[in-house]
Amino acid sequence: MKFSGLIFANLFRKKVRLLLTIGSFAVALFLFAFLAVVKSAFSRGTEVAGADRLVIASRVGLMQTLPISYDDKIAAIPGVKAVTHNHWFGGVYQDEKNFFVQFVIDPENMRKVMNEFVVPDDQWANFEKDRQGAVVGVKTAKRFGWKIGDRIPIKNSLYGPTKTWEFNLDGIYHNDRPGGDENQFWIQWKYFDENVPAGVKSTAGWYVLKLDNPDDAARVAKSIDNMFANSTYETKTETESAFAAGFVKQFGNIEFLIESIGMVVFFTLLLVTGNTMAISVRERISELGVLKAIGYSDRSVLFFVLAESLVIALIGGVLGLGLALVAVPVLGAALNGLLPSLVLSPAILSLGLLVALLVGGISGLLPGIGAMRMRVVNALRRV
Amino acid sequence: MAIPVVYNFRSVKARWTSAIVAVLGIAGTVGVFIAMLSLAQGFKATLVASGSYDNALVMRAGATSEMTGSVSLESSKILQDAPGIARTAAGPMITTEAVLIAPIPLVSTGSDANVQVRGVSPNVLEIRSTAKIVQGRMFRPGLYEVVVGKNANTSYKGLTLGNTLTMGGTNWNVVGVFDAGGSSFDSEVWCDAHLLNGAFKRPEDNFQSVTVHLSSPAAYEQFKDFVTADPRLNVDVTREIDYYAKQSTRMTQLITILGGLVAAVMAIGAIFGALNTMYSAVAERGREIATMRALGFGAAAVVISFLIEALLISFVGGALGAAAVLPLNGFTTGAMNWQTFSHMEFAFQITPVLLLSGLIFALVMGVLGGLPPAVRAAQRPVATALREL
Repeated sequence: MKFSGLIFANLFRKKVRLLLTIGSFAVALFLFAFLAVVKSAFSRGTEVAGADRLVIASRVGLMQTLPISYDDKIAAIPGVKAVTHNHWFGGVYQDEKNFFVQFVIDPENMRKVMNEFVVPDDQWANFEKDRQGAVVGVKTAKRFGWKIGDRIPIKNSLYGPTKTWEFNLDGIYHNDRPGGDENQFWIQWKYFDENVPAGVKSTAGWYVLKLDNPDDAARVAKSIDNMFANSTYETKTETESAFAAGFVKQFGNIEFLIESIGMVVFFTLLLVTGNTMAISVRERISELGVLKAIGYSDRSVLFFVLAESLVIALIGGVLGLGLALVAVPVLGAALNGLLPSLVLSPAILSLGLLVALLVGGISGLLPGIGAMRMRVVNALRRV
Repeated sequence: MAIPVVYNFRSVKARWTSAIVAVLGIAGTVGVFIAMLSLAQGFKATLVASGSYDNALVMRAGATSEMTGSVSLESSKILQDAPGIARTAAGPMITTEAVLIAPIPLVSTGSDANVQVRGVSPNVLEIRSTAKIVQGRMFRPGLYEVVVGKNANTSYKGLTLGNTLTMGGTNWNVVGVFDAGGSSFDSEVWCDAHLLNGAFKRPEDNFQSVTVHLSSPAAYEQFKDFVTADPRLNVDVTREIDYYAKQSTRMTQLITILGGLVAAVMAIGAIFGALNTMYSAVAERGREIATMRALGFGAAAVVISFLIEALLISFVGGALGAAAVLPLNGFTTGAMNWQTFSHMEFAFQITPVLLLSGLIFALVMGVLGGLPPAVRAAQRPVATALREL
């Protein structure tokens, strides 16, 4: 690039302005990345859901239970590879602020169905043997500084009079899907079942099954719901992503809201940078006139202006996205328990960079075209 | 001597393109700031309006929400005789309630929402005096009839007068619509508590909460003392208003943190925009400023003049941003109440305080964006600036 010297000299002629413009870009791209991360956190469940899994819950409502005897009946349906059952525990660790999800699980089949959760085999073996055992996601373990072997008291008022249940931490799980949940706390169904009042005994909150073949989903779902139709406990079977989407849709307009804010930010950014580029071209009109007078083509003048704004956009964009890369984990920790985990994915980063270059291009194009079309005589006369 | 303000108006007019950009930058920031806070405000107000200061809510000790609570029929009978409860000719003003969530499709998306269904005592309208029947009539005890809140009436499918709703495998007739003054009850469905327990195959002598109307707000202590002292009861008492205020904390906290962060970062961007505009204004007007200094205007006068210009721009931006989001006031949206996992409709609430704080926010951005360029304008030596041609 033989003109890079000229472009850089032009860039640095007003250092304060350069810094401010790069700063505006950085701020806007930071916001862009942050909003995209929050938005994807709201719809996370649907993205990470397994395509080959079905969730079977009570047709009557989220809080109604199903008999545990359904387990064998569902497993016997052709096309079902494995089935496991869960229950909502809903306890409180020390204080209500320390919220994390607690599931009552079935250790026998859990790993066959939910294979994205990775627990070392020796830890899992200990958990299976230990009635009061518990396995926790690595994020929650870090949050409270728990180690294997710790005794964790959880207060619960959902099942019988309020009391504190104690669990031994036997294992810590990781999630091998990017952005997957690592906050859950699992306890054994057998121990749970022994200690709950008669009305809750021998029940499951919901079942999750794994299919042999994902294409079979509709048929299996239908045969399960037909099997239990008109019984005391009717079921509603849907794919895991549909189940998760059911929750997300209830947030309603939050997603729309985030998108609107994103548009406002984008529009504001376009104006600010476009204006700055226009100012800097306006100040340099006579200079550009001189360039044209000594023989530079119209196109190369446009190129100078465009290259300048693209360089600014690139530096600002990289800076803003880098800042987001540092800040998102910190913010994720600060918002812990309020939102699903925040993940800045490569897709968001590359989209952000693209947006930055796009804005840089547009804001350089308008004054650039003006400079290109300008007549040399008029430009020189302004000196 | 001060530079006349007319000078600033004329200067803004002469450089209207960059002034408009700065105005829009600030307007966008203030708009987002007010919109986010009004969302949090609306959510909180909806839940807080649900609680009444002279009602007390009784749940099982340690329960974090009505959903997780459990109160036996026996405890409810003991509570009926507690001191401090208002009484009418019909008996004590107490409602024993079964609370659960049922899936009912949303009109907007067709997907199921978790609607909060509340089995109540027949005298509930006397206890929650904010709720009034606006269409049809109250349900009759012992019949499979429901009354629905005004938001439930419009947001969920099939909850209109005369329709039948299937819930827990039983058919219920919608016989009335009530208006609970913009509270979370407006998103609920109310029916006979005993029938609700039966339909959902729940133990018939077990309920989620008891709400009593106190004879006076001051009677709360008396009522609470009695309840705490009675060894047969293992329950917590809170004022209804405190319970609902606490329910709103998590969601409002989330919106406030997110909204505050977005607005703060945007403010930095807007300040950068204002700084750029003002710096270039100063640069373009180097000779003008020097001429004024040569005429005898002091450095302070120049600083003040530029500051006035920045404030002018930011004030217009703030007012514009506030005006742009004002139509959002009263706009209803849905959200999940995470404490109960139920769906709730609430409206954006733009209060005068919010508008005012938006304007102040704009002026602060104006000062931060205008002061450094103003100082620079005043500091340039007159002779050099004049020589610059």
